[in-house]
Amino acid sequence: MSATATGRGTRAGRQTLIAWGFAAPFMILFLVFMAGPILASLAMSFTDLTTRDLRTPFNVNIVGLENYVRLFQDERFIHSLLNTGVFVIVGVPLTIVVAMLVALALNTGITKFRTVFRVGYYAPVVTSIVAIAIVWRFILQNDGILNGVLSWVGITGPNWLEDTFWALPSLILMAVWRNIGTLMVIFLAGLQGVPKEHHEAAMVDGANVVQRFFNVTLPAMRPTLLFAAVITGIGFLQFFEEPFVMTRGGPLDATLSSAMYTFNQFGFGNYSYASAASYVLFIAIVLLSLIQFRLLKRED
Amino acid sequence: MSAVTTPAVAEALEAPPSGPSSPSRASGTTSGTDSGSGHFKPRPKIWLYIVLAVGFVAMIFPFIWMILGSFKTNAEIRANPLGLLPAEPTLDNYTQLFGRLDFTTFFTNSVVVAVCVTLGNIVFSSMVGYALAKLEFRGKKLLFVLVLGTLMVPGVVTFVPLFVLTSNLGLVNSYPGLILPFLITPLGVFLMRQFISGLPDDIIEAARIDGASEWRIFLRVIMPLCGPAVATLTILTFLGSWNNFLWPLVVATSEEKYTLPVALALYSVGQNAAQYGLMMAGAVVVVIPVLLVFIILQRYFVQGIALTGIK
Repeated sequence: MSATATGRGTRAGRQTLIAWGFAAPFMILFLVFMAGPILASLAMSFTDLTTRDLRTPFNVNIVGLENYVRLFQDERFIHSLLNTGVFVIVGVPLTIVVAMLVALALNTGITKFRTVFRVGYYAPVVTSIVAIAIVWRFILQNDGILNGVLSWVGITGPNWLEDTFWALPSLILMAVWRNIGTLMVIFLAGLQGVPKEHHEAAMVDGANVVQRFFNVTLPAMRPTLLFAAVITGIGFLQFFEEPFVMTRGGPLDATLSSAMYTFNQFGFGNYSYASAASYVLFIAIVLLSLIQFRLLKRED
Repeated sequence: MSAVTTPAVAEALEAPPSGPSSPSRASGTTSGTDSGSGHFKPRPKIWLYIVLAVGFVAMIFPFIWMILGSFKTNAEIRANPLGLLPAEPTLDNYTQLFGRLDFTTFFTNSVVVAVCVTLGNIVFSSMVGYALAKLEFRGKKLLFVLVLGTLMVPGVVTFVPLFVLTSNLGLVNSYPGLILPFLITPLGVFLMRQFISGLPDDIIEAARIDGASEWRIFLRVIMPLCGPAVATLTILTFLGSWNNFLWPLVVATSEEKYTLPVALALYSVGQNAAQYGLMMAGAVVVVIPVLLVFIILQRYFVQGIALTGIK
């Protein structure tokens, strides 16, 4: 992208005017419904705004960092951060590994049913979480399908969604199921960019499949992997829909995520407090992205 | 805060697709032109197929079970949760769904909202996309950084002030309240900008020499070439709107404005929760239209993901 090098001539000025004409409807909507709320949210987090103050804005006081201090003294919020952390630390690598295995399998000389497989693995991505939750509740409930299948091999499964230990892993499983497809497609595109000659050279040197994967494919896929890790990380940090439709954050807050905590506070009318919580999550997202860039860029 | 990270994000976003040609390559290999290691040892292929097939069944099993369950009576689902084929197929669940519960209204609401949101995204994203891709102007970099920067802002951050705004504008429980916040998406702009950047400059220059205005070039030269990108954007936006849950749940406060996911979520708790057949039918009505669209147009999905890297 070259900058406006043409100077301040009238032609450049006219182009600027025309260009902003193209951007105007977007900009108006963007400022009102996106940039505005982002800044308003930050401003609100330093006030004591609640649902009662909506009609009487002069009752709102600036309270500085009080909301943030209260947040980190609230055990439930800390607990929700830990749950979200577990969800990200387990869920993201698991999704990446499974999606990578599927992509590799699809990319290794499979000729028949390639499109069918791809559609099948991608299908969960396009479906409504609410609809899927109805089916998954039936799969995971005490007398549900999963425990029915387990009983065939003599295992008495837990009541997955009601068990304080198993509820979170159940939701992680569901989220992995729902997100494999996106990464699979990204990895399939990335695999096309791995130079074939490198593979052939490694094969001549006697490298086996596993060695070739770690020494040829993986290094070439670094940018794709970084990208996948960042977008999955961002998505998983906002972990909301699964607990909302499956467990409401229960049992005993075992699946309460930070986004859900924020939403609950909003529901109670604690608008400023909810805004502060959402900004903590936002900062966590930025930090996680930076860490991932550091880790995966190191060897470049 | 977001501005600090955006160059890096931009770099990562641009990394995986090596231009608009990569999606066709990704989908074009179905013919099996790649000479994999299978050439030397054909044996493991059978195992690959078996493993892939097992995974495939695990992925689609919930859908199969849901569709078949929607044709079963509640008693049958309870008696035999592991059974697949309905013993006495019945349409009762569907007649109840559209008779007793007002699913026709919810369906209409979902369609109205999704169509408006999709149209808005196509028109506005194409316009900004063209400016960002082919026009030189002051503030262009800033505009692009703004778009990319907001790609990673979580929905919960804008959620609270957006609701305050909507309620102050008196738009709670109205179509505009459901639609306006989604008329533009940074992703849509990014997608259109990426695609239009790949179009040759010569045709635009030729039109300019002929004296065509930028608006005319946009409408007559650029847009007719944007078919694939518009198709991708249409599918992704329609789908996003169709499945959108959190915002409609808060803004639609009475039944006549419920969208399908909201209605389904609110009806699937309480006494209805035990009406398995009915709930499965509801899930089918929400899922099957998009699943069909996806299967028919799946190559555009792949293209969209390869172009932007985001679902």
